[in-house]
Amino acid sequence: MQEGAVTAGARHSIGLETFAPVGDAVEVSTVTSPLAEVAASNATLRAFLHGLPGVDQVGADARAAMLGTRSIKTTAKASAIDLAISMVDLTTLEGADTPGKVRAMCAKAIRPDPSDLSVPHVAAVCVYPDLVAEAKAALKGSPVKIASVATAFPSGRSSLEVKVADTALAVAAGADEIDMVIDRGAFLAGDYIKVFEEIAAIKAASGEAHLKVILETGELVTYDNVRRASWLAMLAGGDFIKTSTGKVQPAATPPVTLIMLEAVRDFLDATGRKVGVKPAGGIRTTKDAIKMLVLVNETAGDGWLSPDWFRLGASSVLNDLLMQRQKLTTGRYAGPDYFTLD
Amino acid sequence: MFEYAPAPESRDIVDIKPSYGLFIDGRFVDGSGTPFKTINPATEETLAEISVASPEDVDRAVKAARKAFEGWSALPGSERAKYLFRIARIIQERSRELAVLESLDNGKPIRESRDVDLPLVAAHFFYYAGWADKLEYAGLGSKPLGVAGQVIPWNFPLLMLSWKIAPALACGNTVVLKPAETTPLTALLFAEICQQAELPPGVVNIITGAGETGAAVVGHPDVNKVAFTGSTEVGKIIARTVAGTSKKVTLELGGKAANIVFEDAALDQAVEGIVNGIFFNQGHVCCAGSRLLVQESIYDDLLGALKRRLALLRLGDPLDKNTDIGAINSAEQLAKIRELSNIGAEEGAERWSPPCDLPDRGFFFPPTIFTGVAQSHRIAREEIFGPVLSVLTFRTPAEAVEKANNTPYGLSAGVWTEKASRMLWMANRLRAGVVWSNTFNRFDPASPFGGYKESGYGREGGLAGLEAYLDV
Amino acid sequence: MTERLAVRKTYKLFIGGAFPRSESGRSYVVTSSKGDFLANASRASRKDARDAVSAARKAFPGWSGATAYNRGQILYRIAEMLEGRRAQFAAEVAEADGVSGKKAGELVDLAVDRLVWYAGWSDKISAVRGAANPVAGPYFNLSTPEPTGVVAVVAPAAAPLLGLISVIAPVIVTGNTCVVVASERAPLPAITLAEVLATSDLPGGVINILTGSAEEIAPWLAGHMDVNGIDLTGASPELAQKCEEMAADNLKRVLRPKTADWSADPGTGRMTAFLETKTVWHPIGT
Repeated sequence: MQEGAVTAGARHSIGLETFAPVGDAVEVSTVTSPLAEVAASNATLRAFLHGLPGVDQVGADARAAMLGTRSIKTTAKASAIDLAISMVDLTTLEGADTPGKVRAMCAKAIRPDPSDLSVPHVAAVCVYPDLVAEAKAALKGSPVKIASVATAFPSGRSSLEVKVADTALAVAAGADEIDMVIDRGAFLAGDYIKVFEEIAAIKAASGEAHLKVILETGELVTYDNVRRASWLAMLAGGDFIKTSTGKVQPAATPPVTLIMLEAVRDFLDATGRKVGVKPAGGIRTTKDAIKMLVLVNETAGDGWLSPDWFRLGASSVLNDLLMQRQKLTTGRYAGPDYFTLD
Repeated sequence: MFEYAPAPESRDIVDIKPSYGLFIDGRFVDGSGTPFKTINPATEETLAEISVASPEDVDRAVKAARKAFEGWSALPGSERAKYLFRIARIIQERSRELAVLESLDNGKPIRESRDVDLPLVAAHFFYYAGWADKLEYAGLGSKPLGVAGQVIPWNFPLLMLSWKIAPALACGNTVVLKPAETTPLTALLFAEICQQAELPPGVVNIITGAGETGAAVVGHPDVNKVAFTGSTEVGKIIARTVAGTSKKVTLELGGKAANIVFEDAALDQAVEGIVNGIFFNQGHVCCAGSRLLVQESIYDDLLGALKRRLALLRLGDPLDKNTDIGAINSAEQLAKIRELSNIGAEEGAERWSPPCDLPDRGFFFPPTIFTGVAQSHRIAREEIFGPVLSVLTFRTPAEAVEKANNTPYGLSAGVWTEKASRMLWMANRLRAGVVWSNTFNRFDPASPFGGYKESGYGREGGLAGLEAYLDV
Repeated sequence: MTERLAVRKTYKLFIGGAFPRSESGRSYVVTSSKGDFLANASRASRKDARDAVSAARKAFPGWSGATAYNRGQILYRIAEMLEGRRAQFAAEVAEADGVSGKKAGELVDLAVDRLVWYAGWSDKISAVRGAANPVAGPYFNLSTPEPTGVVAVVAPAAAPLLGLISVIAPVIVTGNTCVVVASERAPLPAITLAEVLATSDLPGGVINILTGSAEEIAPWLAGHMDVNGIDLTGASPELAQKCEEMAADNLKRVLRPKTADWSADPGTGRMTAFLETKTVWHPIGT
């Protein structure tokens, strides 16, 4: 039994028992009500989310900073670099994106370092919906997945109809994964049910595609909000929770990632369902990436240390990972001229 | 599985001499007692041979301090300040070296000596340096006491040295300081720093030895001020020794702090605070949160989270940058921790440690928690001074206060709640010198530290810390 | 015509707001400075000392938890009551110390003024001795003085009223409670003071007054494990050393005897001797 759901449930007469696997049915609570009731109304949802334990900002920052001092060297660094490369969602989300730009990025995604075929491919590419087809063609036959942002990315300021259509477009074009943004305005206004229903609707529109829910933590600001939004996204059916669009600062900070990792850990304990985490934006160096892996390792645990459960939304970090990788193999420092800029 | 490869800090940065003398009147001299060896508690290898100061050596040191007092106390405060600033800077310059030496001699993880001890040591000198020429504004006068005899413990060797020497010198006193028997090396390196800073001879004297040497310092008739950090048992002996004299005394002694977690606490941070409260520095902390008081309504959740967290603690080589728990400082201390832990089990408390491989050599003890502990158990009353946590429960705020205060000690306490009014209500009622609310084991030179009741008297740090070294 | 026979006062102890005789049934003769019989005062025993400590402990939570404003008002009230009995105290002081009526009156005035002075400190000592500490981190960090607890006081043998007030007021104004061993030689003003205290809204047990032999009672207080501090002002050097040694058993805060000019500015030292500094940390975050 884990802290989040249980304390919240006990305090607000909302249980998550129906979410638990059959094997856990021995634990009978008199205050059980179906999960559906958590989202029965804005009031029940609010009661649940506000019943989650708070987050002390200073303590969370201190924990993340301490984990940032872990020293990952030699063999550990080598395997961490390869793991990090395999977790990258190589991203281009510019107004100036073109088919050519996307094709070049896809080539890099499949073979990040043409001079060294032992380098793993990245997890996915991440593009706007209208470029999914282009990526699909470029990645044909490769294991690299296609992720598409959707739902009026990055602001999310449009109608649900438009967002659903946006999602359907991306899925129809061949997206394996949908990176949606939540309605931060609704969240900050306390309209949790609207956020919930929108996520559920996009989940339905995503069909087979995995749904990553972008919280845009830089706009939620407080860590309490990050925890609540994480649970909201998971309750509504998100397969991944993702920090940021990359368009708002601060983006994927270590403490925010820490809090989201705690949330997926606790959600698994409470419901039996495992949700992935994707920090995105601001991860530029190998050191940044390895810090993220340490956070995963010492928070959610090594069950999340795979591209199935943890992604790094980034672009420039890939070349730094490649350069550091080469340094480890050759013993000399690498130069940027030897790595492609795609 | 993400295995962290060994990441040892290089010990080559520090040059340990085969033997060390006493630092008296600005020079290293041989002691007249029988020398002893200081060892690395993580490997049991000998690090160096250390002189022992006899009562005659102590007398020489006090005389040197007395002689230096005249000039030092007459210096303008601004000049004394500059010496202290110099020392602070040299400590920063040589902090890597000092951190490695501290971890070697003490057994504490390099992460802590590097990120906690050394930054605080430099900060403490920096802080009190600034007071030296501003004493008139503190409202305590500016008259120094004279010669300060200072005896410090082995848990934070250099940090405790800074807590003692910085305010003493800032106020115009001179000092004779005795580091702990098992951890003399950083104090002796500090003596070299005094030489580098060209501190006038005799202002700081560092003498080494065991309890008898410390007793000679405390009992010396020409010592005007006694400052001691260590056990309550020795603190009482010192209080008796100085009875009837005019010596001013400050004592910073033991503790058995309650770390109180309410049901509305920020749980993940509370778990971190509990871990930091008792496993920081292997639990060799007088203000350690060694009694966890959990509100009964969240007991299962909290214990589950705590145990999960404990399994992540990395115990081993203190010089490895990823080590969370290093070595117990001495065989004696290890024996004491084992004894009290065995008593805890015999008294009926349930003992739990995460799976944890202990190194073959050196003094190590796994992080341990006892559940089902009652107030009457010895492990809930006596200071274990090791990585051992006793877990108790409470139902109401009043009961938490009652249990927290039900001890002869009163050094520190922790309160975890998201409700500010309850936090302040608790803080008002806890009889402890430091109350950490939603945090634990934080220290700062600007913040007074010291205990109620048998945890000692006087404060170190902040403006209050000046009083201990001024004739008020 | 026969002269009216005066109704004499029985001088008893003051414990927990009540006036009991010594449980030991003992008393001793108190004489004037000229050697005339004045009264039989109670000669307190170790058990009286024990009872007084219990009363002081019981009163501590309420008194230390009262607002500083409230404590200040009560000290001021004591001063008012004392002023009202000026003549009675002057007479007792004159008899005890053999000073002129005028001088005795001045000494009572000083005692009243001292109480008023200390009364004002109740809500100011925290401002003077507390601090907001600028720590290097995101923490609110505040140090405040708090009372030590139960304090035993050996009152000075001389200055039976002014000296007594000068040692009691600084101890209690900050929220401590106390057990006072009054001047053995001149205990009557102390018991008369107790009558003032009993009518001054001072909660019972905050001040407990024992009369008798300091030599006999003080060591019991010094060794008592539920006493947090001891003021040895009225103790001889030998008694003071003995008490200080005994006080080490639970590390009482000790105020050593020092020759004092009771008419001089007392400073804050008598208050700070029995104050603890409590420092509270709290994170600053959103």
